[in-house]
Amino acid sequence: MADVVLKTKGLSKSFGALQASRDVSLDLRPGEIHALIGPNGAGKSTLIKQIAGNLTPDSGTVELLGRDVTALDTVARARMGLGRTFQISALAMEYTVLQNAVLGALGGRGRPFHFFRNVMKDAELLERAWDALERVGLTEDANRRTADLSHGQRRQLEVAVALTLKPRLFLMDEPMAGLGTAGSKALTGFLDGLRQEAPILLVEHDMDAVFALADRISVLVYGQIIATGTADDIRANAEVRRAYLGEEDAA
Amino acid sequence: MMLTRESLLNWAMIAALLIVPLAAWSLDEPFIITLATKAAILALAGVGLNIALGLGGLISLGHAAFFGIGGYAMGILAAHAQNYDPLFEWPFLFEGSNQMPLIWLVAVVFSALAALVIGALSLRTSGVYFIMITLAFGQMLYYFAISWSAYGGEDGLSIWVRNEFPGLNTLDPIQFFTIAYVILCLALVFASRLARSPFGLALAAARQNEDRVQAVGLTPFTLRLTAFVISGAITGLAGALFADLNRFVSPTMLSWHTSGEIMIFVILGGVGRLYGPVAGAALYILLEHLLGGISDYWQIFLGVLLLLIVLFARGGLIGAIAGREKAHG
Repeated sequence: MADVVLKTKGLSKSFGALQASRDVSLDLRPGEIHALIGPNGAGKSTLIKQIAGNLTPDSGTVELLGRDVTALDTVARARMGLGRTFQISALAMEYTVLQNAVLGALGGRGRPFHFFRNVMKDAELLERAWDALERVGLTEDANRRTADLSHGQRRQLEVAVALTLKPRLFLMDEPMAGLGTAGSKALTGFLDGLRQEAPILLVEHDMDAVFALADRISVLVYGQIIATGTADDIRANAEVRRAYLGEEDAA
Repeated sequence: MMLTRESLLNWAMIAALLIVPLAAWSLDEPFIITLATKAAILALAGVGLNIALGLGGLISLGHAAFFGIGGYAMGILAAHAQNYDPLFEWPFLFEGSNQMPLIWLVAVVFSALAALVIGALSLRTSGVYFIMITLAFGQMLYYFAISWSAYGGEDGLSIWVRNEFPGLNTLDPIQFFTIAYVILCLALVFASRLARSPFGLALAAARQNEDRVQAVGLTPFTLRLTAFVISGAITGLAGALFADLNRFVSPTMLSWHTSGEIMIFVILGGVGRLYGPVAGAALYILLEHLLGGISDYWQIFLGVLLLLIVLFARGGLIGAIAGREKAHG
């Protein structure tokens, strides 16, 4: 068992003259929530894409569970146990909530090449799906069309689908975005418990949530990690205050 | 099981497609039976396309390739059989065949293989490029058939006697209709199971959101390629039946007009609706029969109808009558 679940070493990525990631090295350890914060345009999304496998870094490596996965695509990384939620909900909008969860369960189990069985009567998949929906509090909405859900409910469903994969780690891109105060609080409580199951790399703008949850925080500015540490370390860090928190106060 | 409006409509359509030729049979109107047979076969071609188009969201303008391959499978096997001309002598002597089950098998295998090759190359693209590449492959086969003089080139291949099916007299219109109808029903059952299967769930999800499917660890390309092969195989089977109905196969079956027509059946009836191709093909045959008698330019009316459906009834005929599709749970 690897003592580090996820590790990036010297990731760099440029788009023309814009250097979106500069020598980014970070890791995610079992049982922790590692928050990644940074002002808009700091390169958080670019970094997430390199970790998830949507983008190939110009240099550097990504290691998942002790294995170099830099050359593997998103599908292979998902199969290895990377459970991802998207910044903008990526769900099958025509499907019911339950169907989306069953899709996740199917992906988690693998073997989708069955042509005759009714997937919505597959006890194993249904159990996984209902379990995940129950945990995020969506059982009452299970038979609604996903397109008819509120924004907050879609965020919950994103998390539920990731849960159905029974992943080894979570990669969550702004799960709180657009949630109200109450929704944000509820999700914060939920993620707090979730870290015992699998560690979470959390990209988040909601500072209350970040400081309440994170075991460690990394601050990304202009594609570069300028500091990594506990909430207190980050609060006290002069460079961070200048680059990030100060900017926030001024705004 | 609760009957929704759509399933009632489906039952009504499939029953009408049986009752009309039976009535025509008792009234001794073989021409009507032939029309119904044609509708059933074209619907089968549409059921094939609908798996790629409706379920998978793959806008293929090249399905004539599979329809035509099915047609030529029939034409080539039957031509060798009627001329006692060996198709190949090694590893065993094979003089073609006039047996439908064998012809169907060859049609399905070869159209599936063609779909595998065409799909593997064209599914690397998406959107308008996918449409153009499938169109290009279809046209390639079309021009190949035109120049293939061994099998009639531009003139096509005529078969003197319809191929045989064990225990039936296929020259009797109602018996040949029964064959086509039973195959259509089997294909519909298969398509309905497929849509609800694990594979169908993942395939239709890839149409709705590719990122989501990848993020749960499933590969959209493999799902789509599998769907394309199944789709091509069914359309190929329809091609073999269509050629047998006409006792004739020509490059026209491979032309992009044919691809367009199969797509029109699907769109008229309702993209992604299980029985959409049945409604579409039946309507097409009906219009061709009724309006074709009035004017040679009857397709103008078809064009207007298609325009109205695309503009005002996205769910096609079935959508217009039965309403929005229920997310099946």
